[in-house]
Amino acid sequence: MSETMANDYLDCLLNALPADSWNSGAQDRLDWLRRLRNEAIDQAGRLRFPTVKDEEWRFTDVSPLAKLPYKPAQKTSALRLSDIQPFCIAESAHRLVFVDGFFSPDLSRLSKDNQFIIGNLAAPTLTKTPLAEAHLGQHVQFRDNFFAALNTAFLQDGALIVLPENCAVSAPIHLLFIATQEQTTQYPRCLLIGERNSQATVIEDYVALGANAYITNSVAEFSLADNAQINHIRVQRESGSAFHLASSAVALEQDSQYRSVSITLGALISRFNLDVEFNAQAAECTIDGLAMIAGRQLADTHTRIDHAKPHCTSHQQHKCIVDDSSHAVFNGKIIVRPHAQRTNSSQSSRNLLLSGKAQIDTKPQLEIFADDVKCAHGATVGQLDNEEIFYLKSRGLNELIARNLLTYAFGAEVLDRIPVPSLKHTLEQAILNKTTQNS
Amino acid sequence: MNINQNPIILNVDNLHASIQDTEILKGINLTVRSGEIHAIMGLNGSGKSTFAKVLAGHPDYHVTQGSIQYEQQDLLELSAEERAQAGVFLAFQYPIEIPGVANSQFLRLAYNTVQAKRGKEELDPLEFDDFVREKMKLLEMKPDFLDRSVNEGFSGGEKKRNEILQMALLEPKLGILDETDSGLDIDALKIVAKGVNHLHNTGNAIILITHYQRLLDHIVPDFVHVMEAGRIIKTGGKELALELETHGYDWIHNDQKRAAGAST
Repeated sequence: MSETMANDYLDCLLNALPADSWNSGAQDRLDWLRRLRNEAIDQAGRLRFPTVKDEEWRFTDVSPLAKLPYKPAQKTSALRLSDIQPFCIAESAHRLVFVDGFFSPDLSRLSKDNQFIIGNLAAPTLTKTPLAEAHLGQHVQFRDNFFAALNTAFLQDGALIVLPENCAVSAPIHLLFIATQEQTTQYPRCLLIGERNSQATVIEDYVALGANAYITNSVAEFSLADNAQINHIRVQRESGSAFHLASSAVALEQDSQYRSVSITLGALISRFNLDVEFNAQAAECTIDGLAMIAGRQLADTHTRIDHAKPHCTSHQQHKCIVDDSSHAVFNGKIIVRPHAQRTNSSQSSRNLLLSGKAQIDTKPQLEIFADDVKCAHGATVGQLDNEEIFYLKSRGLNELIARNLLTYAFGAEVLDRIPVPSLKHTLEQAILNKTTQNS
Repeated sequence: MNINQNPIILNVDNLHASIQDTEILKGINLTVRSGEIHAIMGLNGSGKSTFAKVLAGHPDYHVTQGSIQYEQQDLLELSAEERAQAGVFLAFQYPIEIPGVANSQFLRLAYNTVQAKRGKEELDPLEFDDFVREKMKLLEMKPDFLDRSVNEGFSGGEKKRNEILQMALLEPKLGILDETDSGLDIDALKIVAKGVNHLHNTGNAIILITHYQRLLDHIVPDFVHVMEAGRIIKTGGKELALELETHGYDWIHNDQKRAAGAST
């Protein structure tokens, strides 16, 4: 696509934007936000719409999207609690619900005497917090990420969580993004600020009502101060016709720990970028991922872990299960900067092909500029093992059940890392059902 | 050798089998009646494990000649899972690890699948738990066995005990134990042998595949067969295993030569 076309695409989107969609009563207080959005619009205009000629998009053809300048979703009639019941998570005491990108206070559940701040970004009390200004748009690299720039340009609302110093939230926080409209784009946004010694578990969950085609363009930013410990579970279970373009950016200060599990099941085309930046020593991250796709789905995960400081540890395990004519892409970049001595980093990419027409592209990418480091990586692509299938059949199980059980077992290792039992159980069932359907 | 007129469970006639165009089994004949224990001995590469896999229905092996009758059925017409449902059980030499699937889950799935096919009652998780724990006592297995992933991180002895536990649950008519004794220390061997002896009765039969006489001290066979190059070259009673242990496999060749010499 030419640059002119990219600008056309942007213009088309801009023209559809309501005159002032952001909290019009508080315009004078929001200069910083307007500046941020204008900068993002400029960046989006400067960047090209990515094509397969870009190294970062080599395996993921998003050209169908360029023909679909879906307008931003509009606020529609409210859903009832019963509509979202199937997606609710028993353990979660705090829930923020966004319908097509718009915050729904009726469906959300927020306990009153919170030790921490949780709410929607557009709420006047929250947009005023200097913390929002200090962090929003500061971690995600939208200067070279077209879709993150678009998200920032069209930022309407989002989830904001601020964990004050020493605050430990034991019950998981559920951020539920529901898509209900056809041929629109929603721009969900998450910002988590974990101050010193804070702890929480956050579930970022993308779901759909119905089988609509729509675009989700989301950005999540997580900032962890010294010794903060955050579990982040990301679940992408969009409709099978949807497009999901997402970026997460994580900034880690000294001794902080970030553990994430990302599950990709939905969307026709999905792309997830995860950037982790070690800004100080002795921080740790564990990032695990599972993509399980079939039909003509394409799921692309690009991760980038930047060991900019010494003594940090990163562990990554990414698994893909591809059936039918689906296509999974994994690109895992690990950078160890010249002064990042005593870095300890491991990465494993394991892939299971269930069909002769399915495709896997996996690319571990290590750029190591320090000499005293421990870095291990490995990538495997395989099929279900005939000996394993025979073993199960020799115990009376039929071929289908044997294959499903082994497929499930392949993914279970990642699901086991989810520290929320009911969500883990729901996803286990989703994966077992998925294997049954595909067979 | 005892005279047994019990019903024939298995009748193998001139069985030839190949893997990828290489013939491994070159005419096996074997009759097994209910209540019997048969030991098949032989050196590595003689075709013992292939024979076990062919009986269990491994898809990589192709039967090119001969027949296998099992309980008045043509065994070769049945898929691996149908054979298991019909009562053929193979205890694997190298049991497969299935990380992420709890042993209890797997055992119950296998048990209920086979029960359903046999028109018998299935058990819910609680009932099954009681049932399996009873069987585990026989093999001196710790309760945490049930919560661990199938064979994952199990020691050699634990894996073999897990195989015999599955045999205890599935109650086969024909149990085939493929080198169940290999890699076991003497205590584990005794536990496994005790389990097998407990499961053996006049209504079923067992084929033990082994290199060593050691196992046969604890599970006493009615017949010992020696395999070489894809055939059974000698059959005798339990004393044959002792002679092999004393004289080695070469002794059979000399013995055969002597026999051949005597007949001319």
